[in-house]
Order: sequence, then structure tokens, then C-alpha cells
Amino acid sequence: MQQRFSWRPYLAGALVGVLATLSVLVSTQVLGKTQFLGASTTFVRAAGFIEQEVNPAHVKTNPYFAKTAAKIDWQFMLVIGIFIGALAASVVDGSFKLEAVPPVWRERFGGGVGRRAVGAFLGGAVAMFGARMADGCPSGHGLSGLMQLSVSGFIALALFFGTGILVAAVVYREKGGLR
Amino acid sequence: MNEQWLGLITGVCFGALLQQGRVLRFEKQVGAMLLKDMTIMKFMMSAILVGMVGIHLLVSMEIVKLSPKATLLGALIVGGAMFGAGWAVMGFCPGTSVGALGEGRWHALWAILGMTAGAALYAEAYGHLQKNLLAWGNFGKITLPGALGLNPWVVIPVLGVVFILVFVFFEKKGL
Repeated sequence: MQQRFSWRPYLAGALVGVLATLSVLVSTQVLGKTQFLGASTTFVRAAGFIEQEVNPAHVKTNPYFAKTAAKIDWQFMLVIGIFIGALAASVVDGSFKLEAVPPVWRERFGGGVGRRAVGAFLGGAVAMFGARMADGCPSGHGLSGLMQLSVSGFIALALFFGTGILVAAVVYREKGGLR
Repeated sequence: MNEQWLGLITGVCFGALLQQGRVLRFEKQVGAMLLKDMTIMKFMMSAILVGMVGIHLLVSMEIVKLSPKATLLGALIVGGAMFGAGWAVMGFCPGTSVGALGEGRWHALWAILGMTAGAALYAEAYGHLQKNLLAWGNFGKITLPGALGLNPWVVIPVLGVVFILVFVFFEKKGL
């Protein structure tokens, strides 16, 4: 995957650093509450919203939903904004593309939508269980944690990538695999 | 301006930058884990480099206070490892999954549904984990400069140099 030099990831990344700083400043000044970039808490709130429809009594007594209530807060809107921003930017520069199965996955597991759906669902469930246990994801721990030089951010990011590298090497191995 | 509007505007900017950095894609995320394409590392480390200077400037000017997450060793090690394993298979992280959906990679929908299910499962497990795993190895809300007994403005330039050397390494190897 040799590629030519590109400023793109550096420039966009540096601008996220500016955005994170501005966000910390503006949220503190305007809301009186400092907001750091993050995403995974929103999935707890979303799960709470869904469970409230099915079994509101259970959500009321659950200690984790008591701590992370189903409500539309700053981060929930941030996550919705990510969708809108990515949609707008990709439409404007023509990189929007409908894709049912990612190419790297297709090479290893074939083009079946069902297999990709099961893999992504199970991977997602395990990842989010872990992210909630660790209290953050690559945004909350990785970006916001390291920007604050938080010890937890360094440990979390090392484990995210360390385990990711090991598991990816097994899952996407090219030759001599099961297929 | 209220909290929700501020979150939305910040999110739209974040999403557009994630998209323009090309880090929303499955092949970029898995590419980094396969050590073939370091786009997401370049993006994250650039963001951290600028953000740590910006945020610590605001702290030094006494405009904001840091809010580091607690270092709970047991939860970080087990949870971090579970996240990494799931991330490799899913090919997205929580923030990028939503952005990938916006970019038309609609298979991210399965990942989003799975993550919502994972969050629900964790809510059930939390009561049990609270007393044992989550209580183990609690060092509190510590930062690297705090733990080393150094001024953050000593740590920041050192990390800055390390990051730039890593960038040079990535570019030399064509990663």
C-alpha cells in the first residue's frame, strides 16, 4: 500500500486539534461546562432510549442508565453532527460512495452482505462493551485524553492499537488461512 | 446558544474534517492495524499535537480546567483489549462509524447496531463489575506531567519532537 506523500491527514488532523481547543473554550464560556470530543457515551444513551420503549421500569432501576441517562446532550448532537458533516463534505468533493461491503473485507471473506453484517455487529458489540468499561473510545481517550496528557488516555490508546494489531493480523491474514 | 446546537455545530465540523482526512474508511482503520497505512495515526497525532498545545494554553491562562478520565487499571486493560479486538473486526470506531455512514459506506449501520447492543449489554454487566474489576488499580484522575512531577510545558515539547520523528518515519517508509 505504498502511497505518495499527502498533507491531507496532517492538515485535517491539525484542524481537529484547533476544533477541540475552540470547543473546550467556547463550551466553557457559553455553557459553563467544558466539553471534550468523545462519542461512545452516546451509544449508552441511544440504548437507553430504545430500552425505555420496551421496558421503562428496567431502565429506571439500572445503575448504569442512572449514571448515563437517556437524554439528548451535547455529545449526542456531536455524533449526529459527525454524520451530517461527513455526508456534506463527501457530497461536495464527490467522494460519497454507496458501499455494501468494504474491499479489504471482501478480499478475505467474500462479498456477502450477511457475513459482513454479522462480523460488524459482533465486532461492534465487543468493542463498545470494552469502550464503556475503559470509559472511552479513540476520540474520548485517544484524542481528548492525550490532548490533556491523561495517563488513562495513553494506556487506553496503547491497548486499543496493540490488541487491534494482533487481532487484525489473525483476522485478515492473507495466505495459508482457512479459505 | 444552547448545549444541543453547540454540539451539533461542533459535530458537523468534526465530521467534515474526519471525512476530508479520509479516516472514516474501513480500509484506513484496518490498514493501520495491519501496519500498512498510517493515515489514521497521522491524523490522530496531528490533532493531539495541536490540541495539547491549545488546551494547555487555555489551562495556563486559567480559562479552563483539565478533566482527565480516571486511571482504573483493571477496566482500562480489559476494556481496552476488548475494544481493540472488536475494532479490528468492525473496522470502525464509535465516532467514525457514524461518519462512514454519512459517506455512503452503509455497512457501518451493522457496526452502529452492534455497538448499541454492546452498550446495552454493558449497562447490564455494570452492577456486577463495579465491585470487582472496576475497583481494581484505581490511580485516580492523573496526568503524565502530574505523575512525573513535571511542568506540562516540559512534557509537551518532548512529545512534540517524538511525534514529528514518528511522522518522518512513516513518510520514509511510505506508510
